[in-house]
Amino acid sequence: MSGRKRLAMSTPKEGAAGKTGSWRVFKPVVDKEKCNQCGLCHMYCPDAAIDEELNVDLDFCKGCGICANECPKKAIEMVREEK
Amino acid sequence: MLKAAGPDSVLVVPACCTSVIQGIYPNTAMNIPVYNVGFATAAASASGMSAAFRSMGKKTNVIVYAGDGGTLDIGIQALSGAFERGTDFLYICYDNEAYGNTGMQRSGGTPLGAKTTTTPGGKTDFKKDIDAIVAAHEPPYQATACAAYPQDLFKKVQKALTFRGPTFIHVLAPCPPGWRYETGKSVEVGKLAVKSGMWVLYEREYGKLTITGPSKAAIKKPVPLEEYLAPQGRFKGIDRKALETLKQRVDRTLKRFAQEEAGVC
Repeated sequence: MSGRKRLAMSTPKEGAAGKTGSWRVFKPVVDKEKCNQCGLCHMYCPDAAIDEELNVDLDFCKGCGICANECPKKAIEMVREEK
Repeated sequence: MLKAAGPDSVLVVPACCTSVIQGIYPNTAMNIPVYNVGFATAAASASGMSAAFRSMGKKTNVIVYAGDGGTLDIGIQALSGAFERGTDFLYICYDNEAYGNTGMQRSGGTPLGAKTTTTPGGKTDFKKDIDAIVAAHEPPYQATACAAYPQDLFKKVQKALTFRGPTFIHVLAPCPPGWRYETGKSVEVGKLAVKSGMWVLYEREYGKLTITGPSKAAIKKPVPLEEYLAPQGRFKGIDRKALETLKQRVDRTLKRFAQEEAGVC
């Protein structure tokens, strides 16, 4: 992944609202077989919940679905959270 | 945006969505000093702040981060004043084309035909061209950006902060609840806005226009406007006449930008 252009990014920390991942209804599940590590999900994630190694931080992911929508390989699926 | 500005920055925020995302006192989500001011006074407060920093010999970046209501409507007088005085600051307007915090009322930034809670039949007026108004003040640098192109936005903020004097960046920020589309489509809708020509990305450096890549492609071959409007609930059932007017307007704007860059007018 060294060839990818890197942007300085902050990572979410626990704020006044606590871990915001509990707001989520759908969670992204990455199919590592299909993923070609392009890094678009990392770049577009509005909560910066996807790190450079493309792991989703489910403590802060709010399940907006932008990653699943933008994934060119359709490797991310939004799955309903189980209570 | 803040990453591009670095830690030596202060933020001046009028009433807007950013006032909300900071969290509840005494906690804050911001890592730099933030000054929350009244709706109409952001640019005026920043003007004083910038003057104070400069007279103390500090190079701290003063950044106003305001919504479209605080820029196009309520804050325009202070904005114009600060630009006229040549205040050394960066004004960023993030534009979701309505008053989102209070439940999506129409603003000067709402485009023709869009439904808001105060224009249930679709807005009958055009979006105010704030960039042309700012350009009339002849700032050293101004740009437009879109949240769907984060790298472009990052570069433009970095560049704007290298200039002395007032700089302006107008960012289109797609808003899922207000524009009534699914959250996952935020980036898609933002890109369609640029590709259809509804939103033109450009920079103006000492008056000289440079159109940014994606908008250059849009001028050559725009995607049909319907593709941008279709996913958004606010344009649902837009009448044919409004659609035609909107299309003509987009064509005219694109043509005007292409001609200006080519040096025709």
